[in-house]
Amino acid sequence: MYGVGILKGLGVTIRHFFNTYVEDLRYVGKKLNSTQEFERRQGAGSSGIYTVQYPEEKIAVPERFRFVPFLVVEDDDHPERPGHDWCTACGICAKVCPPQCIWIVRMEDPVTKRPIPQPEAFFIDIDICMNCGFCAEFCPFDAIKMDHDYELADYDRTGVHIHDKDKLSKPFSYWRSIAPTTAWEEAVDRGGWEHIDIIKQKQKTGAPVAKPGAAWDSPYVPPIVPVKEEAPAEAAATGVPAAGAAEAATAATEMPVEDAAKEERRKKREAALARKHAKEQDGEG
Amino acid sequence: MTDQMIAPVRPETVDIDAAIGILKERFPDAVKDDTREGYGGVIVERGQLVEIATVMRDELGFDYLSSATAVDYLGIEDSMEMVYHAYRTTGGSPLVFKAQTPRENSSVPSLIDIWPGVDFQEREAYDLYGIAFPGHPNQKRILMWEGFNGHPMRKDWKEAYYEEEHKPFDSRWPKGMVRRAEELNVYGKNVEYPADFDLSRLSDDTESSLYAGMGLGVNVEALDNTDELKTDRLVVNLGPHHPSTHGVFRMVVTLNGETIETLEPVMGYLHRNHEQIGERNAWLYNMAFTDRLDYICSMSNNLGYALAVEQLMSRGMRYTPPTYRAEVIRVLMVELTRIVNHLWAIGFLLNDLGAFFTPALYAIAEREKILDFFEATAGSRLMCNYMRFGGVFKDLPERIHSTASLLNDKVRDFDTMQYITELITEALPRAVDELDRFLTDSEIVKTRTIGVGYLPAETAIAYSAAGPLLRGSGVAYDVRRAEPYSIYPELDFDVAVRYNGDIYDRYLIRIDEMRESLRILKQILPRLEHTKGESFFAGNKAVYMPRVALGEAYGRVENPKGELGYYVVSQGDPKGPQNPWRYHVRAPSFINLTALGQMCKGQKVADVVAILGSIDIVLGETDR
Ligand code: SF4
Ligand code: SF4
Repeated sequence: MYGVGILKGLGVTIRHFFNTYVEDLRYVGKKLNSTQEFERRQGAGSSGIYTVQYPEEKIAVPERFRFVPFLVVEDDDHPERPGHDWCTACGICAKVCPPQCIWIVRMEDPVTKRPIPQPEAFFIDIDICMNCGFCAEFCPFDAIKMDHDYELADYDRTGVHIHDKDKLSKPFSYWRSIAPTTAWEEAVDRGGWEHIDIIKQKQKTGAPVAKPGAAWDSPYVPPIVPVKEEAPAEAAATGVPAAGAAEAATAATEMPVEDAAKEERRKKREAALARKHAKEQDGEG
Repeated sequence: MTDQMIAPVRPETVDIDAAIGILKERFPDAVKDDTREGYGGVIVERGQLVEIATVMRDELGFDYLSSATAVDYLGIEDSMEMVYHAYRTTGGSPLVFKAQTPRENSSVPSLIDIWPGVDFQEREAYDLYGIAFPGHPNQKRILMWEGFNGHPMRKDWKEAYYEEEHKPFDSRWPKGMVRRAEELNVYGKNVEYPADFDLSRLSDDTESSLYAGMGLGVNVEALDNTDELKTDRLVVNLGPHHPSTHGVFRMVVTLNGETIETLEPVMGYLHRNHEQIGERNAWLYNMAFTDRLDYICSMSNNLGYALAVEQLMSRGMRYTPPTYRAEVIRVLMVELTRIVNHLWAIGFLLNDLGAFFTPALYAIAEREKILDFFEATAGSRLMCNYMRFGGVFKDLPERIHSTASLLNDKVRDFDTMQYITELITEALPRAVDELDRFLTDSEIVKTRTIGVGYLPAETAIAYSAAGPLLRGSGVAYDVRRAEPYSIYPELDFDVAVRYNGDIYDRYLIRIDEMRESLRILKQILPRLEHTKGESFFAGNKAVYMPRVALGEAYGRVENPKGELGYYVVSQGDPKGPQNPWRYHVRAPSFINLTALGQMCKGQKVADVVAILGSIDIVLGETDR
C-alpha cells in the first residue's frame, strides 16, 4: 500500500526521538553526568543522543591522540639535571617530518666548533605541522612527543605560531601523565625511566637504574600530577608552561578533587567574564 | 540479497603473457617488451597505439582501462611516456602498456574512442604534463585554470615556494634557519600568464565571454542570439560553493526547460598538486599525505599506498612481508572504513534528495563509535596515518582509555576487544538494519531515485567507473576478488551487485556492502584473538628512509568509493635520495565523474544533485 514505507520510516524517527528521553527518564534523580553514566552512553552499545557541552565539558582524548608535538625535558625536581633537554639534536625528527616544519640549531662548542648533542634552538611551525606523528615515532631518544592540547587557536598567526624551545618544552612527568601506558612501554624499551644516555652512563658506572617494574616501582619516579589548563593570557605572559603547570598541580593535590574541580570552573568563569568585560570596554572606548 | 560473482566465460581469456605474445606476433615492429630494470608490460609505438588498443579491447578482452597517466623521465631518458593499465572485468592482472613521446611537442594519440574512461585522465596529462592528445574532442586543462602558465608535473617545473629538489631540506638541521614559507614567495612576483592568454577577458563580464574563455561545452552562439525568439535554453552553474556538491565542485548545466541537455563538470578548485608534493617527498612521508586524499577513508588510502611501495620493496634485498597480524589489523581497519564511508554516503545522498540531516545524523551517529576506535588506535579520527611499509604503526591498544588532563574532561575506559566486538556484532548491524528500515521502502526515496541517473553496464565499464557505481550497474567487479590482496582470499564474502544501474540501486548496493563488510569483520574477530601478542610489524621497527628497489609498481585496493590505485616509479641513484620518481594516484572519485555527463543527460535539473550524490565523490581526492 502506498505510504506504508514512509510510515515505517517515520517509526524509526519517532523511536529515535523517544530513545533520547528514555535514557533520561530511566536515570531520573540520579546524576546523569557521572563518569560511569558518561562511559555507558559513549560506549559501543549506546543509543540515543548525548551531547557533550563543549567547551564547558570536553571528552578526554585517548592516550595515542596526537596533536602538535612538544619536547620532553627533565622535571624541575630531577636529582641530577633538572630541566635538561632529552633532545640530543640528532636531527632525525627534522628529516622525517613530511612538511618540513621542524628547525633545529645544534649547539656548538664556541671554541672548538665541535657539535654538542643538545639543541640550542628548536622551532616547530604549527601552521605547517600536519600532526602526522612521525617525529615522535622515529625519535630515538623519546625526546619529542605528541601533545594532547588541541586548543591552539589564536587571533594572529604571524606572532605565535612558530613554537620555540621554551614553548615546546614540557616536563617528562607531563608526558607520563597524558600517556601513562605509552610512557611505560617506552621506559621498558629503554630499560629504565630515565633518558637513555643517563641509563647507559649509570650502567657503566654500576649505579642503580630506575626500572619500570610491573607496579611502577622504582627509586626515582617522577610524580604524576594532573595538569591544569592555564588561562591563555597567563600562558602567553609567562611563556613558561612548565612552571605554571607545576603550581597548578600542587594546588590540585591539596584540595579534594571535586572541590578543586568546582574551584577551577569558578576561576575559569571569572577569567572569561573578565576578558569579556575587557573586550566590551575596548569596543566602547 | 547478493549474487555470487559469476565469471562469464570468454573465448579470448588468455593470460597476460600469452596476450603479450599475441600482440607481439600481430605487431612485430610496434610492440616491444619493457626491459628496464623493475618494469613490466610492453612499450607500444605511439603511431600504432589506437590500432593496438583496439585489438587489446576487442580480441584480448581487456575491456576496462583502469588508469592512464604520464611520467616525465627528464634526465634519465629525456622522454615522457603514457602508462596504461588495462584489466578484464572478469578479473586478473593488468596488461601494462606504455607509449613514449619526446618531451618537446609531445603527443600521444587519444584512446578516447576505445575506452571513453580515459577522457579526464588524458585531459589531466595534458594539463599537468603538456602532452597533446590528437583525437581528443575536448582537450583542455582540467585541474588548473586556463590562465596558468606551464605544466606543473614536469620535472623541471618549480612551485612558488620552491626550496630544494627533494626533502628533507638541508636548511632544517643542524643550522635551522627558521622562516615562513611565504617569505620565499613574494606575492605578486610569481604570476605569469601564458603568452596567448587574453588578460582583458578577466574584466569582461558579459555572459558569453565568460563561457567562451573557459572553453566549456556551452553553445555561446545560442546564448548571444538575440534576434530570434528566446527559448528556455539556459545555462546554470551548480557550485562551486554549494552544499550539494560535497565540496568545491562545479557543474555547468545547459537546460532546455527543466531538462538537461549538457553537463560539464568543472573541478580543480581544491587542486594542490598532490602528486608533485609526493615526488618531492621521501617514500614514507606520502603515507601521511594519502590521508588527505579521500579524507573519509584515510585507512584504506594508507593501505593502497603501502601495497604499492611494498611491491617495489619486495624486489629489493632484505624485505620481509607484513606479518599475519598486520594483515588482520589492516583488513579490520579498511572494512570499518568502508562502513564509515557508506554510512556517510547514504546519509548525504538523502541530504541531496532533500531529507535534510535527519538520515545523515542517524547514519553518522554510529560512525562516531568507529572513529573513537580509530582515534584510540591510530591517534587521529580522520587523518589516521596508520599503515607502514611492512605492517602498521602500533598494535591495537589494550584499552580504549583516556585520562583526564583537564579537570572538566570526560573520561572513558573500555576494553578494546570488547568494544569492537560489541560494535561489529551488535551496534553496526543494528544501525545498518535501521537505515534499511528507515529508507529502503520509503515511497519518496523510491520515487526520487528509481530509474534516475541510469548507467548501463557497458557504459559503466567503458567509462572506467569503479566501486558501487560499477557494481550498481550489474558488473560484479571488486578488486578484493578480481586481483586479491592482503588476506581477502581466505575470507568468505560475496561481491555485492545490483542490476538496474540507477540511484536506488547504488543506494542498495551500499547497504549490501556494509552487510558484507560486517560479515568479513565477524571473521576478523577470531583472527584478532588468535594472533594476539604476535608481531604487528615485519622486522624490528619501521625505518624512516626505506630502501626501495628500482622499477615501477601499481598497487590498487577496493576503496569504498571505487578502485584506488597508486602508480609509483623508483628511479635514479639507488644510493642517493630516496624519493619516488613518480607518484600517481588513480582516484576513484575523479574517474567516476567521467560518466556524470552521460548519466545526467535528459534528466531533470533537480536530479543532478542526487545523481552526483549517488556517485559519492570527495573533492580531496578528485582534485588532488
Ligand atoms: S629526533 Fe629526537 S633527539 Fe633527534 S633532534 Fe629530534 S627530538 Fe631531538
Ligand atoms: S607531527 Fe609530523 S608534521 Fe608535525 S612536526 Fe612531527 S613530523 Fe612534522
